[in-house]
Amino acid sequence: MVNIIWSLLAVIGIVFAAFNGTMGEVNKAIFSTIDDAIMITLTMMGVLIFWLGLTRIAEEAGLLRGLATLFRPVVQRIFPDIPKDHPAMGYILSNMTANLFGLGNAATPMGLKAMKELKQLHGKDTASRSMITFLAINTSSITLIPTTVIAIRMKYGSVDPTAVVGAAIIATTISTTGALLIDRYFYWRRYRRGAE
Amino acid sequence: MSISIWIIPAIILLILLTATYKRVPTYEKFVEGGKEGIDIAISLLPFLIGMMVSIAIFRASGAMEAFITLVKPLTVLLGMPEEILPLALVRPLSGTAALGMTSELIKTYGPDSFIGYLASVMQGSTDTTFYILTVYFGAVGIKKMGDALKVGLAADMIGIIASIIVVTILFS
Repeated sequence: MVNIIWSLLAVIGIVFAAFNGTMGEVNKAIFSTIDDAIMITLTMMGVLIFWLGLTRIAEEAGLLRGLATLFRPVVQRIFPDIPKDHPAMGYILSNMTANLFGLGNAATPMGLKAMKELKQLHGKDTASRSMITFLAINTSSITLIPTTVIAIRMKYGSVDPTAVVGAAIIATTISTTGALLIDRYFYWRRYRRGAE
Repeated sequence: MSISIWIIPAIILLILLTATYKRVPTYEKFVEGGKEGIDIAISLLPFLIGMMVSIAIFRASGAMEAFITLVKPLTVLLGMPEEILPLALVRPLSGTAALGMTSELIKTYGPDSFIGYLASVMQGSTDTTFYILTVYFGAVGIKKMGDALKVGLAADMIGIIASIIVVTILFS
């Protein structure tokens, strides 16, 4: 599916540009996007180094294990495939906590560490059940405080920039719950086909 | 908002105090853990460039706009304000484009209008699915995403519908 969507986006774009007379823009976009990707990676590298460094200290100090023990009953139910006391749990929880507080740039490094642990657990280079569940939670974005949006609202002179916080929490709870249910449904479908 | 500037320093403080108390060699561990960040970032590049370029071609050619115009009649059917549709469609695909659209909508209609609220909630309660899948799977070298894309896109749809319903109930 990824192969098709990926190729299709580019193919449709190029064919469309041929008729639309926007080939110049397409050319420009290709090379400026490559630069953008490099810049994003560089920025992300700094953030990754900083947070993964801190996380390593937290791990050695037993803080991640503490967090995992605290929330084990809930998370164990969402990720039944992860063995008890596996380090992946600690990272998944750190990722969720960072997301809750709107610390997007701390959430990603923890999330990537979680993925690394999940891959080791799975041993193959396909997406495992836990990985899909983990990404379902992340794409539906469990945020308590949407900091970026609040900043934009402030910039354009809102009388109450944080008025949307409640609505965003409700909407995000619905979408995360929905994501988990859909994830379960797809798992059940794979299970029935004997794929898992 | 003043509370948010305390969160990160507080986390650093908590980690360093606990670690020092437990006699963890803090600086050494920081450097050791940080090194891993370099490898992860580098291994991400092919995934990120591939996905971003493909989306950029689609956007720059004008195909994305044409697609939005094409599905616009559908929004009336769903009871969605048509001003918000471009944002709903772009949100899973491109984070920067979505952020630009949200700012534009808030600027044009005002932050405290119905559209302004809807754009804010939609931007805040869903995420860029393509980017997340690219980065997370890219970092561990997984090329076959399985059902993850379907689950992610379905979750986006729920998020968008939920935003419309919640904002309609709370703000109109």
